[in-house]
Amino acid sequence: MGAIEQQTGTDKANLDVFSSTLQQLAKTDKQIVVVTSDSRGSGKLTPFANKFPAQLVEVGIAEQNLIGVAAGLASTGKKVFAVSPACFLTARALEQIKNDVAYSDNPVKVIGISAGVSYGALGSTHHSLHDYAVLRAVNNITVVAPADNFETERAITLAAGSPHPFYIRFGKKVMPLLDANNTSFEFGKGRIIREGGDVILIATGEAVYPALQAAEKLLSDDDVHATVISMHTIKPLDYELLAKVAASGSPIITIEEHSVYGGLGEACASFLLESGYHNKFKIVGIPDEYTVTGSQVEILNHYGISGEGIAATVMELLGVSH
Amino acid sequence: MISEKDLQQKSLEYRKRILHYIYKAKAGHTGGSLSCVDILAVLYNNILNVSADNFSDPDRDRYIQSKGHSVEALFVVLADRGFFPETDLETLCQYKSHYIGHPTRKVYGVEQNTGALGHGLPISVGTALAAKLDGKSYRVFTLLGDGELPEGSNWEAALTASHYKLDNLCAIIDHNKLQISGTTADVCNTDPIDEKFKSFGWEVRHVDGHDFNVLNDTFQSIPFASGKPNLVIAHTIKGKGISYMENQLKWHHGVPTKEEYATAEQELDLALAAF
Ligand SMILES: Cc1ncc(C[n+]2csc(CCOP(=O)(O)OP(=O)(O)O)c2C)c(N)n1
Ligand SMILES: [Mg+2]
Repeated sequence: MGAIEQQTGTDKANLDVFSSTLQQLAKTDKQIVVVTSDSRGSGKLTPFANKFPAQLVEVGIAEQNLIGVAAGLASTGKKVFAVSPACFLTARALEQIKNDVAYSDNPVKVIGISAGVSYGALGSTHHSLHDYAVLRAVNNITVVAPADNFETERAITLAAGSPHPFYIRFGKKVMPLLDANNTSFEFGKGRIIREGGDVILIATGEAVYPALQAAEKLLSDDDVHATVISMHTIKPLDYELLAKVAASGSPIITIEEHSVYGGLGEACASFLLESGYHNKFKIVGIPDEYTVTGSQVEILNHYGISGEGIAATVMELLGVSH
Repeated sequence: MISEKDLQQKSLEYRKRILHYIYKAKAGHTGGSLSCVDILAVLYNNILNVSADNFSDPDRDRYIQSKGHSVEALFVVLADRGFFPETDLETLCQYKSHYIGHPTRKVYGVEQNTGALGHGLPISVGTALAAKLDGKSYRVFTLLGDGELPEGSNWEAALTASHYKLDNLCAIIDHNKLQISGTTADVCNTDPIDEKFKSFGWEVRHVDGHDFNVLNDTFQSIPFASGKPNLVIAHTIKGKGISYMENQLKWHHGVPTKEEYATAEQELDLALAAF
């Protein structure tokens, strides 16, 4: 366990796996319905639309309407996936998610695509750095960010069968398989991708991969052994696993493509503090400032959400300066 | 006030620059910039009381681009009007450049940060309402995409506009009949747009969005009716001016290849040679 799986050439963007998984499900389950808001292309759903035209509802550019319509469809027993950019769904349509989906317990799967800073130079209107924060504060919705193709397939298949609301967040990047030997996946249970122990890296979504790169770099450059956890479910958070890794006393670093406010990091911090753990602790994410402009990679590098950046933060936290 | 012929020439030059910057940045909303640039040419050269010199004047006219994705057209026109050096645009979409893929107020001349659709009209209503409250005579223009109309905020704002009798407000719809997934008719039919706005208390005009004289005359005649907000439905062609881009879905945010770029330049140069 542990080495980064090599890019195999079969790796896909998680969104591609989302789309193929939905097509697989729709073949035998006519209750699967996808709702889009001029977003089928960005959601990789054009093949779905072509194969299952009767199972795709298009509402036009109207995200609030999208969620309301999805809630109504879901209330009749349909398995509804509402798919649109994360930035619009979790800001503009937040009230619909809060009331029509979560509060009313209509089992819509809200799929936030091109999340975080995936849209790069399109700027802050198109970034979603607030989605974990706002949805963590909404009762009765599970918040998930799959890290790789495996977690994506599992998350979509399991969520389709659940009678409750979900928010599932995707980026756009091609994601290598994190750990071929680890085939466990359960909502609310973090996955240990690599065991180390000198330092604990807890990441979510597409930020798990740079955490793993950091772990490799720490080992080769500094003989620092890092544990890496894919915390794919942000709510409910895996307190058991957190308590277990915190008990070692090792420093903990969280990594997310999200504001440092209100996301995975603060969720972990509040649990640890309330439970009496005082490990050294650092949240890596996007700070509260006018977000630097540039491509996704440039923005992530700028804020240290990269293998190098995370490794440097670890060394700083360990009190070693290069 | 510049002549029809000058506008024609300028609009070809604008198109060249739009394509140049999109080609260089390897990103951009090509089709929608080409469909609205003639409207922007008329507004900024002949209609709007706004310039690099009076941009902080509270009495200036406002232009708020709701379809923020067509930022390349706006940037090119603002540069031509002297708001910033044209060479600034060479940094479009680069690390730390303020010239990003949507309008932001970090760029001199931009009134509002847009990019999420369905925001321009409500902001414009507020800005026009302020003129009424303060007894000022400035006007507010906003440009919407036709695919943008299903956003409910537009219809909420349309009500406020007529309720407050905002005849100093002019909304323009870039009616190119296409969005990302298909035609507006296929994705979410909004026809008849004119009857809908009329029933909301607006005065409506249909124009050819590439006819400079008609655009000039129409904007000059605002307010169309005292006490009513103005809507101009500009019939346009997405990708206008480049033969292989016109009315083609893929050019919504398509970036030309080297060969395609060369062809586009040739077409525009040929048209410019006529002047
Ligand atoms: C609220 C919101 N939803 C979705 C988008 C993504 N988006 C950008 S452009 C576009 C299509 C716009 O079509 P239209 O308004 O017809 O623009 P035009 O044809 O003039 O380019 C979409 C869906 C967005 N920018 N904002
Ligand atoms: Mg359009």
